[in-house]
Amino acid sequence: MLTRKRRRLGAKIAVLAGLCVGAAFAGLPVVWMLSTSFKTNGEVFQVPPRLITENFSFDAYAAILGDGTQLRFFINSYIVALSVTVLTLFVAILAAYGFSRYNFPLKRSVNAVIVTVQAVPPITLVIPYFGLVVALGLYNTYPGLILTHMVFTLPYAIIMMTAYFNTLPRELDESVKVDGASSWTALWRILVPISVPGLVAVGVYTFMISWNEYLFALTLTRTDDMRTVPIGIQLLMGQHSYEWNQMMAMSILGSIPVLVLFLLFQRRFIGGLTSGAVKA
Amino acid sequence: MGRADRAARPRNKETSMETAKLDPAASPGAAKSASESSAGRRRRTRPFPVQRVVPYGYLSPTLILIFVLMIIPIAMVVSYSFKDNVIVEQNPVFAGLANYTTVLTDPDFLAALKNTFVFITVSTVAHLGLGLAFATMLNTPLLGGVTKAIFRIVYILPWLFTVAVIAVIWRLMLDPSGVVNYILTTIGVMREQVSWLSEPNTALWALTFINIWAGFPFFMISILAGLQGISPILYEAASVDGASTFRQFRNVTIPQLKPVLLSMAVLDLIWTSQQFALIWMTTGGGPLNATEMLSTYTYKQAFSSYEFATASAAAVIVLLLTMVLAFFYVRLQKER
Repeated sequence: MLTRKRRRLGAKIAVLAGLCVGAAFAGLPVVWMLSTSFKTNGEVFQVPPRLITENFSFDAYAAILGDGTQLRFFINSYIVALSVTVLTLFVAILAAYGFSRYNFPLKRSVNAVIVTVQAVPPITLVIPYFGLVVALGLYNTYPGLILTHMVFTLPYAIIMMTAYFNTLPRELDESVKVDGASSWTALWRILVPISVPGLVAVGVYTFMISWNEYLFALTLTRTDDMRTVPIGIQLLMGQHSYEWNQMMAMSILGSIPVLVLFLLFQRRFIGGLTSGAVKA
Repeated sequence: MGRADRAARPRNKETSMETAKLDPAASPGAAKSASESSAGRRRRTRPFPVQRVVPYGYLSPTLILIFVLMIIPIAMVVSYSFKDNVIVEQNPVFAGLANYTTVLTDPDFLAALKNTFVFITVSTVAHLGLGLAFATMLNTPLLGGVTKAIFRIVYILPWLFTVAVIAVIWRLMLDPSGVVNYILTTIGVMREQVSWLSEPNTALWALTFINIWAGFPFFMISILAGLQGISPILYEAASVDGASTFRQFRNVTIPQLKPVLLSMAVLDLIWTSQQFALIWMTTGGGPLNATEMLSTYTYKQAFSSYEFATASAAAVIVLLLTMVLAFFYVRLQKER
């Protein structure tokens, strides 16, 4: 009995040790980013490196937040990511309803296309998008970015929403239709309100993808007043001749929306994510 | 309308099954019964005309977007790849396969192909290995729920940062006078500082390492979901038979996880081969093409050299290679 207990304790310590090594691997770079953002630029490469500097300051944050150009990157990212999220949810709700509640010829093919779209490399699309967006007069505009981001948010949103609607009993929306309501009413009055948990998971994921998107934001915009946060971080790398503390501050500020969304909706999000990604 | 809906009602049950069969996200149990009811469907599907248009109404925004954002652009890039001086010239000339020959005989392209292969295979193996290791540890009954929740949040951190941030963090840490070199020289692993990202023989490995760091949380979470789906009865039966923890892992966990692991592997190959931002912001493909990938090669052809025609040919080749992987992915999904 005693040896068994001891063996259990040994296993527990081994697992804890393993998990701590993993946590260091995953977390230390993030801690280092945070630590650097509070340093002065002169201290960034001090020897020996210190986790908490003597001259702890918020100067790097103040520099970013006091700079109109940098703030503009944030505003742009919010405009684009929120628009993409709202539009994606709207289109995905309609499509998911069609897939979940109707049977129609070509259903199989349409579904196959939606699944395949997810695998098309962005680099393949960026060249024709460039031509297309310029031809449509959408180069360096919000609509250009919003539309192109949707090609990567939409398929996943549709697959996840369809799976979610499939879990809701048909009797819910059918019952109001029997009373004479249209399918449109049934969708928005009955199905959508009870799908809020699913919509949140899809919305958070959509927002993340758009907020983090880099290639199209780089290629389809030209002027600083249209750039988004990821491009802003890169521009900071060139402009300010390696003000590492400011780059780290900008990185942290640029990650806050996604981190907050994740922490708030952790449970729902991970559940939705894995059910979609592992099986989709 | 009400009548038509009522008439359509018995069909709807099958609709859900049909969806389940098409949509791999639905439960596997529902998929099985779909084939059984398909015969019944044929008999009863003669829907009311209006009703027949309705689903297309709901799908029309999606169909329009996919057509504009996917079908047209792919047709465009394919046609670009057979012409010369596209985008730059008003009237490009037909060039046949010339662009493809140019790309396929370009040593830079071949280097990019080789680098991409190394990058995606090493990343995928490491993602699955680390993901499996940490997921197994997080799944242990030895630790309390709160402890595990805290570790899970720490582990998922790298995945939450945008690639631009990841690139900046690692450029700081891998700088010759950065903290990684400091630690490695202090504990005596290395004698002198290495500029990891700007030396041809270390750059690709450093980049792969960063990609492993950035991506493993996703695989860990997915594998964890897979682990939690394995019935405890299997483990009970194994331990009654006297199987050790290791044997249980090899003979229960791995076979049960196999479908998840295979799908994740293919998915990772697809995603990693598409990685652009990380490479662009850390090494830009250098030094001396050491980290040139298919994505950076294509991007440079288009937006640095303005050779949109050869870039399009390269883009089509990348598309074809990806579609081979996507084909395996879809097949794996169907088998499950």
